[in-house]
Amino acid sequence: MRVALFIPCYVDQFYPKVAIATLRLLQHLGLDVHYPMQQTCCGQPMANGGFEHLTGSCNSNFIKAFAGYDYIVSPSGSCVLHIKDHLHDDKQEAAASTIRHKVYELCEFLTDIVQVKSIKASFPQKVALHQGCHGQRGLKLASSTETVVPYFSKPVQLLKMVEGLELVDLDRPDECCGFGGTFCVTEEAVSSAMGLSRIDDYTKHQATVITGTDMSCLMHQEGLIKRKKLPFEVMHISEVLASGLAF
Amino acid sequence: MNTHNITHPEAASEFLRNKERVQWHDETLWFVRYKRDKVVNEIPEWEQLRELASQIKDHTLSRLDEYLQEFEAAAISNGVTVHWAADAAEHNRIVHGIMAKHGAQKIVKSKSMLTEECHLNEYLEAQGIEVVDTDLGERIVQLNKEMPSHIVLPAIHIKKEEVGEIFHQHLGTEKGASDPLYLALAAREHLRQKFLAADIAITGVNFAVAETGAIVVCTNEGNADLGAHLAKVHIACMGIEKLIPRTEHLSVFLRLLARNATGQNITAYSSHFRKPAAGSEMHIVIVDNGRTTQLGREAFRNSLKCIRCGACLNTCPVYRRSGGHSYHNATAGPIGAILAPNLDMRKNADLPFASTLCGSCTDVCPVKIDIHNQLYQWRQVLTKEGYVPAAKTASMKVMAGVLSSPARYTFAGKWARKLLRWFPSLAMNKKLNPWARQRDLPEPPKESFREWYKKNSREL
Repeated sequence: MRVALFIPCYVDQFYPKVAIATLRLLQHLGLDVHYPMQQTCCGQPMANGGFEHLTGSCNSNFIKAFAGYDYIVSPSGSCVLHIKDHLHDDKQEAAASTIRHKVYELCEFLTDIVQVKSIKASFPQKVALHQGCHGQRGLKLASSTETVVPYFSKPVQLLKMVEGLELVDLDRPDECCGFGGTFCVTEEAVSSAMGLSRIDDYTKHQATVITGTDMSCLMHQEGLIKRKKLPFEVMHISEVLASGLAF
Repeated sequence: MNTHNITHPEAASEFLRNKERVQWHDETLWFVRYKRDKVVNEIPEWEQLRELASQIKDHTLSRLDEYLQEFEAAAISNGVTVHWAADAAEHNRIVHGIMAKHGAQKIVKSKSMLTEECHLNEYLEAQGIEVVDTDLGERIVQLNKEMPSHIVLPAIHIKKEEVGEIFHQHLGTEKGASDPLYLALAAREHLRQKFLAADIAITGVNFAVAETGAIVVCTNEGNADLGAHLAKVHIACMGIEKLIPRTEHLSVFLRLLARNATGQNITAYSSHFRKPAAGSEMHIVIVDNGRTTQLGREAFRNSLKCIRCGACLNTCPVYRRSGGHSYHNATAGPIGAILAPNLDMRKNADLPFASTLCGSCTDVCPVKIDIHNQLYQWRQVLTKEGYVPAAKTASMKVMAGVLSSPARYTFAGKWARKLLRWFPSLAMNKKLNPWARQRDLPEPPKESFREWYKKNSREL
């Protein structure tokens, strides 16, 4: 099974440690992982800003980079959802369609494709999980509190395999943090207020580590946490799942 | 009263200045959603009900012309006078015409988002007619010369102490009184006089049944009934999308509406009106006002399925922190943000961007409108039509150029990180960079992942 790592552009530039943890974790599970050097960005910043018509070259570059792999895996629900919903190319629509069906967010890849039953990670901390909306509601990584369906959560399923990890309950387990791509800048006031509400919830439940499936949500919350000098550590779920693993 | 010159981000920043009020606004609406979650979870077949409601509405919209004609014929045979209005202006003229015919000067009106959309109150008041909103929340905002800020909770942005002050000024209640019961009794006494003196009652329409020509109006206060039964003339104003084919379909929607709106099992009053009582008149004004345009826009058609429960407002984390007035449109929140650009793209181009596309609105919608996808689609349309700032277009073009080439991307990323390390103050400029107003930037690492991978991939 040849797996291609799809690393979001901002993770590549600002959070290489998240990409490294993802790579290590997948390799630890015995997978043949490759990082296609051709990749840049999925085009979501333009598309969500209303400029989907400018994403054509990004799309063809993405297709070129990721054609031919069995699976494409990314530590980002949001970027994966964008590819699933919006990757098109008139000149190579069949290739685009194949990629749309082969791309997976890290957690769902681990639970649904690899079907991991145990991870030998250890992380003795009180952890709050921030469910990224695009992963949760878009990719259905977890049931949402609005709907009447049996509870499930792929990230929680994985975090429960980690030794010593205590997951705290939150008052609003699936409320958006306010990042929202360009929204975090164009609607700075609302965005920050939303993020601060999330942080109040973590404080109230005495979490020490905040984790999540999307580094973008976490980058925004980390920015607020650092500005306020709050005693939280912010880690992507790949880093938590790779904690204490021997490489 | 109308704040349409201020964009959503500006109005939201203004609303957010009062932190205490925002927290209270957020928590109050979240509590409504919490109540809603509890009650819908008591219905094991909830998701099937949503699907059924969605299908009934899809079906009705696909044959709207036929059902409208069936409804009109049935209503006429019941003795109802049916009027058709192409737009808001015609709607207002028709309503005023009926009043002029009866020499009416005093009107009582129960909740109707359509009349808000048409600005009926302002129009009638300019003609010297007294219009009294009889829903308690609506009466509060009317006395305070404001628009409703929520579909079903029109005065949700006003605290009880402020209601006390408004009532003190307009109804002569004791100064400083804020006891809800005392204030509600004072409003009841005040409204009773208005009901008794009214020449004509206006109501909205929640559902219009094609096969019978009947309309259903849902209220919690019984004010629609009181108005319609006391006045000699009842005018019901409805958008063309309010139709459902048959009476049996009502059960689906009545089970969904109040549960999803406020967490009640059903609204306190679901009043059915079919024909005028002896000696009185009943009129129905059927209004288009842009709805057929929306029906013709395939990507936005299913926004017409909306039954105005307001749940997408309650659940929306942006709405809860920016307040209804920031949407500068009769219908606020996520649903307002997909309906408003249809009415006026230029004026409402900011609204589809007032969302993180979190999708909670879509999951909470009782008729399965894919609200967040439509917000995304509106962004594409508005951009192509040229309703976004030129600077944004220019920067997006640059971004697209950089991100479509691995070489340009690698080069730009490397230098951006270097610049951030060398001149952190540039990036931390709160005026130039809104990110930095309340947030720190991540520390730029020396090495990107791709650089690390290049060095280490052989050993991996």
